[in-house]
Amino acid sequence: MSLLRIQDLSLTIHGKHILKGISLDIATGEVVALTGESGSGKSMTAFATMGLLAQGAEASGQIHLLDKDLLSLSEGQMCEIRGRDIGMVFQEPMTALNPVQCIGDQVMETILIHGAGSKAEARARARDVLTRVGLPPDQFPLSRFPHELSGGQRQRVVIAMAIALRPRLLIADEPTTALDVTTQAQILSLLLSLAKSDDMALMMITHDLAVVSQMADRIAVMQHGEIVEEGATDELFSEMRHPYTQALFQASRHQANLPAPVSAAPLLQVQDLKRSYPLPRPHPFAKRPRFEAVKGVSFEIAKGERVGLVGESGCGKSTLTRAILGLDPIQSGHITLDGTPIATAGPDTKRKIQVVFQDPYGSFNPRHRVDRLVSEPFHLLPDAPQGPARQEAIAQALVAVGLAPSEQTKFIHEFSGGQRQRIAIARALITRPELIIFDEAVSALDVRVRAQILDLMADLSREYGLSYLFITHDLTVVRSITDRVLVMQQGEIVETGPTKQVLDDPQHIYTQTLVGAAPTLPDIGDPHAANAAV
Amino acid sequence: MGMLVYLTRRLISLFLSLVVASMVIFLVVEVAPGDPASYMLGINAQPDTIAALRTELGLDQPKLQRYFSWVTGMMTGDFGTSYTYRAPVAQMIADRMWISLPLALMALTLSALIAFPAGLLAASKRGKAGDVSVMAATQLGVAIPNFWFAMLLVLLFAIKLRWVSAGGFAGWDNPMAAIKSLTLPAIALALPQAAILTRVLRSALIDTLSEDFMRTARAKGLTRGQTLWRHGLRNALIPVLTILGLQFSFLLAGAIIIEQVFYLPGLGRLIFQSITQRDLIVVESVVMLLVFAVIVVNFLTDLAYALVDPRLRSRA
Repeated sequence: MSLLRIQDLSLTIHGKHILKGISLDIATGEVVALTGESGSGKSMTAFATMGLLAQGAEASGQIHLLDKDLLSLSEGQMCEIRGRDIGMVFQEPMTALNPVQCIGDQVMETILIHGAGSKAEARARARDVLTRVGLPPDQFPLSRFPHELSGGQRQRVVIAMAIALRPRLLIADEPTTALDVTTQAQILSLLLSLAKSDDMALMMITHDLAVVSQMADRIAVMQHGEIVEEGATDELFSEMRHPYTQALFQASRHQANLPAPVSAAPLLQVQDLKRSYPLPRPHPFAKRPRFEAVKGVSFEIAKGERVGLVGESGCGKSTLTRAILGLDPIQSGHITLDGTPIATAGPDTKRKIQVVFQDPYGSFNPRHRVDRLVSEPFHLLPDAPQGPARQEAIAQALVAVGLAPSEQTKFIHEFSGGQRQRIAIARALITRPELIIFDEAVSALDVRVRAQILDLMADLSREYGLSYLFITHDLTVVRSITDRVLVMQQGEIVETGPTKQVLDDPQHIYTQTLVGAAPTLPDIGDPHAANAAV
Repeated sequence: MGMLVYLTRRLISLFLSLVVASMVIFLVVEVAPGDPASYMLGINAQPDTIAALRTELGLDQPKLQRYFSWVTGMMTGDFGTSYTYRAPVAQMIADRMWISLPLALMALTLSALIAFPAGLLAASKRGKAGDVSVMAATQLGVAIPNFWFAMLLVLLFAIKLRWVSAGGFAGWDNPMAAIKSLTLPAIALALPQAAILTRVLRSALIDTLSEDFMRTARAKGLTRGQTLWRHGLRNALIPVLTILGLQFSFLLAGAIIIEQVFYLPGLGRLIFQSITQRDLIVVESVVMLLVFAVIVVNFLTDLAYALVDPRLRSRA
């Protein structure tokens, strides 16, 4: 008998159909992955199971946990089940914990709220469970606050809260999406080992097929609120009956068709760059200590070359980017673009370098129309085109990224995530730059959209001879779109070389760790492999 | 350690604020037109009488010296002598303080006692009848001037029901009577403050409702109410504490109109009278005292922030 049996689950939110007759079984000890793109209804399935739907949501059908139909239970009865029979782990560990409560209290709360012991027992149990998730109290006392922990450690605390009462079912909603690859690998193996040792069923929600393929016993692929294909992991990957599954798989290992680099003349030169930040004073009269974020980095990007910069959070990638853009003062070293030092460069040089950020929504002013957003970099230029010439430039930039010129009168909220990122690229293109920096520019996108954007980038590079600097934690993207890669660790570049060579045969121990930790898709033939460029 | 650094920094800033404030107050009062001596003696006074009075008041000494003697005097509790009343300023302030401070504390306590339950209720019943009625009541509370409300209170409780007297202060010899005479003024002061505080608490709580950690708490099995009470409230406290601190400072001296309505000889009335009589030494001292109170309250608010939010302790 299944532990969780979802039958014909439908969900509407304010009359809009979100889930359309989902049926899914999860047995005790089984790991089932729900995968699909954003908006496919994966998370909503989880929230319906938890009974934590937003107001205005109406669920129909049945969700049986053993013999209880969760949808028919009262709110009070669901409160007893949540945390005791079903635990849940969330995507964003940085915000999933109460910032003003110490971790011990937060883990103890799960135990106390269900009356599963006295305060002293709960404390002892919290110690045990934190030890189980890899936070032994002698190193991580219960009195720690969330802000004193890293993202991975916080996620461990969230897991500890979810498994404190040994629930039968654990739901993990994109538990590693916000984490670095090495941390991701640790958290995934922790989840798996906990599920095994407690004989717990695990419902794993993720958009990442590579993660899915390594973890799950069974996979359900969701699209538009329906499960389009479901089966044991091996079978599903070898058969891939549904076209959507095939498309997802193809897009996940998409390889953009890059033109050969045009010349070897250096465009961007970074020499022995150092950048440090002041830290808080240890006591009010002490000298401020400084944190060295970038410790003497040197590299070059040639004209038309696509370079990747990989490394984990805190390695100094973003600091380096800000320095290259001339946004922060540097402590020592030189950055030159086309021979001109960036720090003292005028608009004419700065025009040649543009940037595209990760969050396609957050990087636009929501109250400006697209034409104004796209033409914003014109303020750099002393001789910016006006009137019809300006309109022409805006239209050209929009067409270049595959949008219609008529879209320029819309606001940014009227576009999808992929379209927004196209607009961000249009904004970067409008000054006819030579170097574009992509700061995690495709990380927030669904795989199929990501594949399109990567193709667009390759086309633009071919057409305009653009150079790219790709800053990302995602090795798949680096492999897909770069010629050369720089690996950064703790403010230093530890390895550099042609992308394929570095990723296939890493020399530095850190690169080896990164490559080893990155989840990979199963290496299987493609049923429709005619034009796959792998 | 973090807490210690935080505390030291706050204390240093408290001290510097006091020094700057005392200088500013001294300068402003000094450059104000009009000579206290000639004002006190009237238009027909002889120049030599005025000069004699100036010497007696110490007004002929250099400004720097007068500043230092004023500041050091205040530190030893000697606030000088009132020009008009010829009485020690310290004593005058102390008498008024015994009315204004209890009144402010009563009003503040009352306002918090009303605002916390009302704010929690409104936030937990967001959009429902409870919320709508609380919001309507606070709208009224913010809109109605407190002196008018005070008069209504007098009409009902003093004149119609005769529970309390309509005004005046009974004195602390009889504590019950003293509290009784402060009750209506405290209510009149507290209600508008409670209305503001309720609205601030409600919106701060509603902001926390959309936080991820509130969802985490629900996933542990907490009910909506428990989530709000255990996780929402403490996270919503920072803006509430800010408003509470501001309100206390206001209540201490801002009660002039209410003191007028209830015939209470408080600090507000003292400062009003001294300004009209150009009793500079009293004005200086009372203003300095109020600044001191505000700065200390701010310091306490900062401490409360750090107690509520551990992140502030480590971000020294």
